[in-house]
Amino acid sequence: MTSTLPVQPDSTDSSEIESTETHGHAVEEHGDFRMFGLATFLVADAMTFAGFFAAYLTFKAVNPLPSGAIYELELPLPILNTVLLLVSSATFHKAGQAIRNSDHARCRRWLLITASLGIAFLISQMVEYFTLPFGLTDNLYASTFFAVTGFHGLHVTLGAVMTLIVWWQARESGGRVTAENHFPLEAAELYWHFVDGIWVVLFVILYLL
Amino acid sequence: MTVTLPPNSTAPAPKLQPTGWLRYFSFSVDHKVIGLQYLVCGFVFYLIGGALAGAIRTELASPVADFMARDVYNQVLTLHGTVMIFLWIVPVVNGAFGNYLIPFYVGARDMAFPRLNAVAFWLIPPAGLMLVASYFITGAAQSGWTAYPPLSITTPATGQIIWIVSVLLLGGSSIFGGINFIATILKLRRPGLKLMQMPMYCWAMLGTSILVVASTPVLAGTLVLLSFDIVAHTGFFNPTLGGNVVVYQHLFWFYSHPAVYIMVLPAFGLVSEILPIHARKPLFGYVTMVYSIMAIVVLGLIVWAHHMFTSGTPPWMRLFFTIATAFIAVPTGIKFFNWLATLWGGKISLNSAVLFSCGFIVNFVLGGITGVALAQVPFDIHVHDTYFVVAHFHYIVFGGSVFVIFASIYHWYPKFTGRMLNEDLGRFHCALTFIGFNFCFGPQHWLGLNGMPRRVAEYDPQFTLINQISSVGALLMAISTLPFLWNVIHSAFYGKVAGDNPWNALTPEWLTSSPPPVENWVGEAPLVKEPYAYGVPIDEIDLSATSGRDLWSSGK
Amino acid sequence: MQIPSAILTLVLGMALVLGGLWVGQTINLLPIDASVNAPIYDELFKVLFTIGIILFVGITGLLIFSLIRFRRRSGQIGDGVAIEGNLPLEIFWTAVPAIVVLFVGLYSYDIYDRMGGMVPLAHDHMGGMHEERIWGGISSGSVGSEMVADVLPIEVTAMQFAFLFHYPDGDITAGELHVPADRPITLRMESKDVIHAFWVPEFRLKQDIIPGQPTQLSFTATRPGRYPIVCAELCGPYHGGMRSTVVVDEADEWQTWFSSNAKPTPITDTTVANT
Repeated sequence: MTSTLPVQPDSTDSSEIESTETHGHAVEEHGDFRMFGLATFLVADAMTFAGFFAAYLTFKAVNPLPSGAIYELELPLPILNTVLLLVSSATFHKAGQAIRNSDHARCRRWLLITASLGIAFLISQMVEYFTLPFGLTDNLYASTFFAVTGFHGLHVTLGAVMTLIVWWQARESGGRVTAENHFPLEAAELYWHFVDGIWVVLFVILYLL
Repeated sequence: MTVTLPPNSTAPAPKLQPTGWLRYFSFSVDHKVIGLQYLVCGFVFYLIGGALAGAIRTELASPVADFMARDVYNQVLTLHGTVMIFLWIVPVVNGAFGNYLIPFYVGARDMAFPRLNAVAFWLIPPAGLMLVASYFITGAAQSGWTAYPPLSITTPATGQIIWIVSVLLLGGSSIFGGINFIATILKLRRPGLKLMQMPMYCWAMLGTSILVVASTPVLAGTLVLLSFDIVAHTGFFNPTLGGNVVVYQHLFWFYSHPAVYIMVLPAFGLVSEILPIHARKPLFGYVTMVYSIMAIVVLGLIVWAHHMFTSGTPPWMRLFFTIATAFIAVPTGIKFFNWLATLWGGKISLNSAVLFSCGFIVNFVLGGITGVALAQVPFDIHVHDTYFVVAHFHYIVFGGSVFVIFASIYHWYPKFTGRMLNEDLGRFHCALTFIGFNFCFGPQHWLGLNGMPRRVAEYDPQFTLINQISSVGALLMAISTLPFLWNVIHSAFYGKVAGDNPWNALTPEWLTSSPPPVENWVGEAPLVKEPYAYGVPIDEIDLSATSGRDLWSSGK
Repeated sequence: MQIPSAILTLVLGMALVLGGLWVGQTINLLPIDASVNAPIYDELFKVLFTIGIILFVGITGLLIFSLIRFRRRSGQIGDGVAIEGNLPLEIFWTAVPAIVVLFVGLYSYDIYDRMGGMVPLAHDHMGGMHEERIWGGISSGSVGSEMVADVLPIEVTAMQFAFLFHYPDGDITAGELHVPADRPITLRMESKDVIHAFWVPEFRLKQDIIPGQPTQLSFTATRPGRYPIVCAELCGPYHGGMRSTVVVDEADEWQTWFSSNAKPTPITDTTVANT
């Protein structure tokens, strides 16, 4: 996918911005680097999580809680969550494959499945939140747990919303996501894989360690 | 009129974007407009931050806290630091000069993501306005720009939350800019331009942007946690709720130490552009300059705890950070020797840009020396959180970055506006600034060594005379802004017309009109493979016109 | 026949180094020293100051020389010499600063060690206090290890905006810190509210006082007198006014102060015997 820029055929006084109509005159084109930009942004996002994880691990090492306050986290729900997210990454990938074959209907099916899996994750997370024996402000461990999982949950929510937007954009007639140009899908997919990856790290650090 | 038209139409198409000076108040996606928006907006905040500094120095002209209420003084000093860092230096050395110059240097028509660029800029005025307004409306934060808990949790919450939101917005702006620079430099170079042929400022911005993307998000996360402590009564950094204040310091400084390189590396890059042109010699040691930048980037990420030597850190940690910090002096020193070698043997025009750059060299070397001293744990234990540190970092950020900003304005104003600045006024500005600055901050080293802590409105009366000298220096600095402002405004209308290339330079921005057209060049972007190819080759130098002394000291 | 530039450079360099050494030894920028580690600190300061002066004057001198010698005279056109680099020279001026920096680092490590900085914290005998985590600070180190048993423990509490000193033996609480000269002191410090810091410029020692995370500072005062204790961490509006005084007395005068202020206690064997 390329972007074209307007040209000025002759300009001596060049201090004005011209109209944004292009009329198809291209001087030169450069590549589409939006995925690169998104990837750089995800590096920054990963560093935010890194800060949270560093805080969590430091608190854990250095601020011991009274023994009654250390909780054994139940694993079944988080394991379910991990499975949900991993499967949803696979289904998103399938959606990408489908659109490259111009199969809009199939793509949209996979996108809906992905979004549903994401929403299922969120519901499962909510269930876990309500069945936990501690609340946000109970102690340092609790606060950090909710901060990290909450921040991740926000990312999942955003991802699910974006997936549904792409589902809308992938419609057969009038949608902007096509086999030739499906940047919104690619971008949402990368973001989704990122969120999935962060969850795996989170699962290990918060639930397994 | 500059509109692309279908061949047969006669009427001009309606303009969809503002033109003329209105562009600068619009959501323009042109990197040159955005660059100047950053510059002017940043300068306005510089004046605000300077007014705050004036208030501080007025208070400190007497040893008692008699000029303003003590909590107001703490708000003033908090705002002074926050405004200068996040609303002046970071936006200007990165956003102003970076956005304006980088597309030229890589041979592109604009940045990789022009709309993101505009978004990044337009985050700044509201965030800055909100921050400054908080002083008048709710009371500003008063825990310093470092916002250490528990103080930041126990002072009035509204001001602190506004401060947090403002810094989060400004950090976000910075991150968006960083993404744009990385993509532009790595991906948008014109065909034929290799990485090692780029002007040095590109390398400086690449390194800086890596730091921005890696470290600013950690600050964002930390401030989010801090805001939870303030509004939701969590206890991340609240000891009474089981939290750990030292963890805040680690997380805060993980960003805030790279932040100083974010403020200074672009300045290094700008000096590397300015000196060769006016000395008419190539930049000395291009490759080592590149490696030095990368070394500073890597080292800059692992030295943060030298801000915490007297805090709750164990001895082994203090030792590690001493060694790592001291080593940053090596790549930094290399750059200074290379600049000296660039000047040596040149034909130097002593114009304002060069004089400010040389002022930068003198000031920054002093600041760097006190920095190496501060890196040593036993030395720092005595002077941490005293006026010695205040002196040190002002030599770096003002004597360093701000001097370079002024040098850059004198150097590129002709390109931005098409007119030359008045050189006599410029040299006068430089002299006033240099003298005022050194009178203000030089004596502060002694104050710190002898017992004056920082962030105080009152002090031991034995320090009165030195503080008064410092305040007079600050007054001189304030006055020095006047010839500059007059020069900038007057020259915009009456300055000598600059032409395309008043400095006879080789880099791409000078190979087009002043100011440049929308697409930067008419026709193809020039391919400049040797941006520093100044000077007469040594075997071609006319020996009859020079003496042996003119050449390198090996006597050739 | 002109003097070879190499000789001129050598002479200038020697003058620079000698001048720097003279300045470093002669110009005193620090307050009086009043603790055992203060002269050690001052040694380090002199070395750093000397190196700093030499570097600063040298570089500034080179710069000013270049600006004068290689300036463009009016009417001159033409360029300088197209020298793009000089690898041996660059290696030289990378190696020399690296060595200087390494030397400074190792030297200051030695100084820090002599000041007691490398000793594990909570090393000192705190006279009956339970083992607790100390979060940062300076132990008494290798300064007269035989005197460690004679350590006088004092608890410091910092609050907005005052310091309180509590002597566990004798149960004295005072607003000023009274210590005997030539005897190791260990301060166990904690804050009641926000972060403060304990700084005595004449001792060259500073340590943050952190709520919920006790820190420690050990020193031995040498010079009787009154010295300021300055809070060195922003703690609120009255941070500038948060000061106290450390009164260093001769041993016997201090004993008089101690005895006249100590509360009568029942005879217990946790009282530390004074020599």
